[in-house]
Amino acid sequence: MAAALTLGACAGTPEETAPPVEDVSFDAGTTMAKLNEAGKITIGTKFTQPLFGQVDADGNPQGFDVEIGKLIAAKLGIPADGITWTETVSANREPFIEAGEVDLVIATYTINDERKEKIAFAGPYYSAGQDILVLAGNPKGIEGPEDLEGLAVCTVTGSTSEANIKEYTDNIIAATDYADCLEPLRSGTVDAVTTDNVILAGLADQNAPEFEVVNAPFTEEPYGIGLAKDDTDFRDFINDVLEESYEDGSWAAAWEATAGKVLDTPTPPAVDRY
Amino acid sequence: MDAVIENFPVFLGGFWATIRLLVLSGAGAIVLGVIIAAMRISPVGAFRAFATVYTEILRNIPLTLVLFFCAFLLPYLEIKLDYFVLAVIGLTAYTSPFIAEAIRSGINGVSIGQAEAARAIGLDFAQTLRLVVMPQGIRMVIPPLLNVIIALTKNTSVAGGFFVVELIASSRQVINLRGDAVIAILLAVAVFYLVITVPLGQVAARLERKVAVFR
Repeated sequence: MAAALTLGACAGTPEETAPPVEDVSFDAGTTMAKLNEAGKITIGTKFTQPLFGQVDADGNPQGFDVEIGKLIAAKLGIPADGITWTETVSANREPFIEAGEVDLVIATYTINDERKEKIAFAGPYYSAGQDILVLAGNPKGIEGPEDLEGLAVCTVTGSTSEANIKEYTDNIIAATDYADCLEPLRSGTVDAVTTDNVILAGLADQNAPEFEVVNAPFTEEPYGIGLAKDDTDFRDFINDVLEESYEDGSWAAAWEATAGKVLDTPTPPAVDRY
Repeated sequence: MDAVIENFPVFLGGFWATIRLLVLSGAGAIVLGVIIAAMRISPVGAFRAFATVYTEILRNIPLTLVLFFCAFLLPYLEIKLDYFVLAVIGLTAYTSPFIAEAIRSGINGVSIGQAEAARAIGLDFAQTLRLVVMPQGIRMVIPPLLNVIIALTKNTSVAGGFFVVELIASSRQVINLRGDAVIAILLAVAVFYLVITVPLGQVAARLERKVAVFR
């Protein structure tokens, strides 16, 4: 059903922003040296997350997560075509990292303590937050979750977003998928849809100009880069790459070429070297 | 198993919604089904034509589409109801032709002499149907009617895809929380359905013994 609703909505292809590959060398024995020598890296990302990681008609993933992956690969001396993209859905990210099927996971991957028990996180490289999607023009004048009191809101059953929004309204319509919430929003059965701003931005982008994101995130979901738990050298290296990219503008360029088309360019979050 | 026990209240909420869907749309479908069956055999041509078209359309469209229509198109026609009510409407409409056809087969099984005798003693069509033909016809079709009701029990799960949090939707909710225990969760859901359908079968069997018409 979700497919039926979003049928015909294709994400635009962001312009290529592949960064220049650096000529680098690393201490022998490190993951960086191994990857640099092999000239290739396997990165897990989502294939169905518009603006962050979504495959285009040719099967190539596009989005902000993908651009961050290219940045890191370039600093390892690996060109964009040396990257093997593997689809990681929410349920298989930790197992893929633990089994070594991927070197990195960049997949709208929220850093939390449970996950830190199994894997390590570099970053965060972006801090998402739960936001609100409304009809274009915002007919009800919703500016934040406080304005939702008494209004009907659609979200996915059992999600964190559902638990969060329960604090503001009891009138919740629970859908199977976020895309399923669009039809009730169109027909006026609900007044708003709520979940992470990046998902909402993707939906708004696919269905432009029907909807708009209120753009007032009220929770924090720091997105990190997942890697093997004990590989501290590699983690430090990625954190360095992220900090460099904040300073030289490549992070902002990656954002503007992808998610920035719908969302404001945020200040990059401070890297957490835990 | 602990995933099921921890989230038992969620399952109970879904179970209760499934039962309400079943009872409301089952009752609605039986009433509507009897009316449609009566129209199908009535002497008025327009009634017969309407009942035939109604039956052929609704029983040949997938339930998902019927519910899709109720949940997504009715709101555009300014029919703004709770999604639960819309699901009951959809399930009732979808199930009624199956009930009607089962009853019609029972009516066909009532010997024509019964109806002729009823007319001969001066009963009109409605009286003949209500007092003589339907009571015999419905008694004969308890097993097929039960099949329709059991199918309806399972069909309520489709409403889970249309914003109604019944058993299947509540299991999805628990799976979101406990992705490591999917099989236990699905087995628990299966057991909940059996809790509804197995007693239904026994009630129907007892009812059939009690009201059977011996010939």
